[in-house]
Amino acid sequence: MFESLSNKLEKAFKTLKGQGKITEINVAETVKEIRKALIDADVNYKIAKTFTDTVKEKALGQNVLTAVSPGQLLTKIVNDELTLLLGGQAVELNTKGSPAIILMAGLQGSGKTTHSAKLANYIKKKGKTVMMAACDVYRPAAIQQLHVLGEQIGVPVYSEEGNNNPVSIATNAVKEAQQKGASVLIIDTAGRLSVDAEMMEEIGNIKKAIQPQEILFVVDSMTGQDAVNTAKAFNDVLDFTGVILTKLDGDTRGGAALSIKTVVEKPIKFVGMGEKMEALDPFHPDRMAQRILGMGDIVSLVERAQQVFDEEEAARVQKKLLKDQFTFEDFYTQIQQIKKMGNLKDLMGMIPGVGKAVKDLDISDDAFKGIEAIINSMTPKERNNPDIISGSRRKRIADGSGTDIQQVNQLLKQFEEMRKMMKSFGKMQGASMRGFPGMPKMPGMR
Amino acid sequence: MGIFSIFSKEKKEKLNEGLEKTKSSLFSKISKALVGKTTVDDDFLDELEEILVTSDVGIHTTLKIIERLQQRVAIDKYIGHSELNALLKQEIEQLLNEHQNNHLATFENLQGKKPYVMMVVGVNGVGKTTTIGKLANQFKQAGKSVVLGAGDTFRAAAVAQLKIWGERNGVHVVEHGMNTDPAAVSYDAVKYANEHNADVVIIDTAGRLHNRVDLMNELSKIKRVMSKVIPDAPHEVLLVLDASTGQNAFEQAKQFTAATEVNALALTKLDGTAKGGVVIGIADQFKVPVKYIGVGEGIDDLQLFDRKEFVDSLFN
Repeated sequence: MFESLSNKLEKAFKTLKGQGKITEINVAETVKEIRKALIDADVNYKIAKTFTDTVKEKALGQNVLTAVSPGQLLTKIVNDELTLLLGGQAVELNTKGSPAIILMAGLQGSGKTTHSAKLANYIKKKGKTVMMAACDVYRPAAIQQLHVLGEQIGVPVYSEEGNNNPVSIATNAVKEAQQKGASVLIIDTAGRLSVDAEMMEEIGNIKKAIQPQEILFVVDSMTGQDAVNTAKAFNDVLDFTGVILTKLDGDTRGGAALSIKTVVEKPIKFVGMGEKMEALDPFHPDRMAQRILGMGDIVSLVERAQQVFDEEEAARVQKKLLKDQFTFEDFYTQIQQIKKMGNLKDLMGMIPGVGKAVKDLDISDDAFKGIEAIINSMTPKERNNPDIISGSRRKRIADGSGTDIQQVNQLLKQFEEMRKMMKSFGKMQGASMRGFPGMPKMPGMR
Repeated sequence: MGIFSIFSKEKKEKLNEGLEKTKSSLFSKISKALVGKTTVDDDFLDELEEILVTSDVGIHTTLKIIERLQQRVAIDKYIGHSELNALLKQEIEQLLNEHQNNHLATFENLQGKKPYVMMVVGVNGVGKTTTIGKLANQFKQAGKSVVLGAGDTFRAAAVAQLKIWGERNGVHVVEHGMNTDPAAVSYDAVKYANEHNADVVIIDTAGRLHNRVDLMNELSKIKRVMSKVIPDAPHEVLLVLDASTGQNAFEQAKQFTAATEVNALALTKLDGTAKGGVVIGIADQFKVPVKYIGVGEGIDDLQLFDRKEFVDSLFN
């Protein structure tokens, strides 16, 4: 994500490399490049103009710092300004109230239903009881879609067959949530165009009827210049409390994100980064700005890992690692957990320096398929005691998994090496944790 | 003929209505920019650039239009309000004409293919299933028998959504349920259409982001299996684009074309955006013609894209 923009900015900064100080002349070209890149990234034309003017002013104002090169200085200025533009500090979701009501609103196809469920899953993981209500009475099978997703994540869905009035469904859902003692209620609504007066009035009425704590505007990160108008129109009617930016796992440069906050002055609270229910991350303006500049986002990656990894399971694996009892059974479980974290390419893209390298690489979730097949073709006994896997067993496993003996051998060898490495790593980690109490917790390494 | 002219008048009104937002923002701005000016100066050209860029025309196409306009102005000298509008209209019309193939498609003419096999692709949430529902309606109205294939087996309740559209239109939907192999459903749908002598078969596919190589490969496979039933199928690979999408639309068109040889575009939700301008940009940058546009939420609100009518609606 934002890769194309950071590529362009990198190119823009290149013209500054090796120059002693920032002057009106040498900064002009770079600033022009930045502006073009921003506009090409769907950042609103006016905002891009204001942004680059500010960058230029600041660059000229504080020139000639001997310690840093103009390129570095400008990178910092762009980074700071970008962070500012993206919304300053991270803003938490307000889940106070009984129940706390979250109303979802947005255009058609922005991803409201999917993100209602992702958000429900996210809140549920934080230990709250969640309920969803299906108020999209227009799109065929929208209600059914929410039911299916609700089942997947184990969150009850309130809907009313035959009731075509979303205001009354929403109102009844609140009562139901109160009765059932749910602490958070998420209301999915129909997609609507900001120019459709009737539908905008309807969502205004839903808001009036249920008085939600949070109104989240769900917007497709691929949206063009119109993003500011749409956001403004929705904000005029709803005075929403935050934004969810969806489909950021695409290669969109996501300029819409940069514009919306500036125009409506509402924080972006979450970003959707994939099709899995776990693929929802809190929005961090500072990290996002760094990401735009190609610095990766290792913090989000770690956080997502922490969320997915079952702590008890991690402790169990940790113990096993230290005692050198790590088995294929454990390995298989680990693979499943990694897969739950989302698309591998997205994950790798978050690691600094890797993003660009994997841009054109073909990494699919099938990467584990061969390994899984081999492990699945082992007997439980073999999985728990890899040492007993003899030549004939290897042949059987290869046949069963549709691979060949070489591949099985390779996996066994890698597994053995990994076991050794993890054993020493585990010990080392334990020691260093005592040595450096300030170190952050890592999943599975506690 | 009487019926047809009435129909096309209604159609035109709908188009005008649908584009109202584009028109009022794009061209009222141009008029405003022109007030009190007797010549085309740099200020005006700057303003024109802003107007076109903020309409999602795209920076490349914008610069192209401006360059051409500058040349024209240099040749034709004095420019007043209405003359400039006319010039701009000509330039945009010409841009639209350059890469579009010239014959106007209709819902009646299926190029002698029976069944005419269509495959509908696009990123998530652009309106593929809805477009298929509207297409089925149009083909039915043109007296064609239609079969739908529920190839989106991934998104929750996508099959149910398509089946509702099938019921509304009274057309058969071939489906294997959720989480099944989309290529197998597509194969069966084409086979069913072939055996039942249907005129048109339209295959729905799951939305996918174009940077997911695995999913794009899956799409290529779906396309391949259809040709096992009918060698030259699919006859139409339709990429659905959301009109409110910004510059990423170009990347989508590029990647989907690479995976499936897209040969037609549908632009949806044109009624909701001020940025019909993306049509101009796409027509300029791609050899693939815009074939359909969605201008409203009603089942009849899908139209064949008529360049001349489109430009007329922008300026009238």
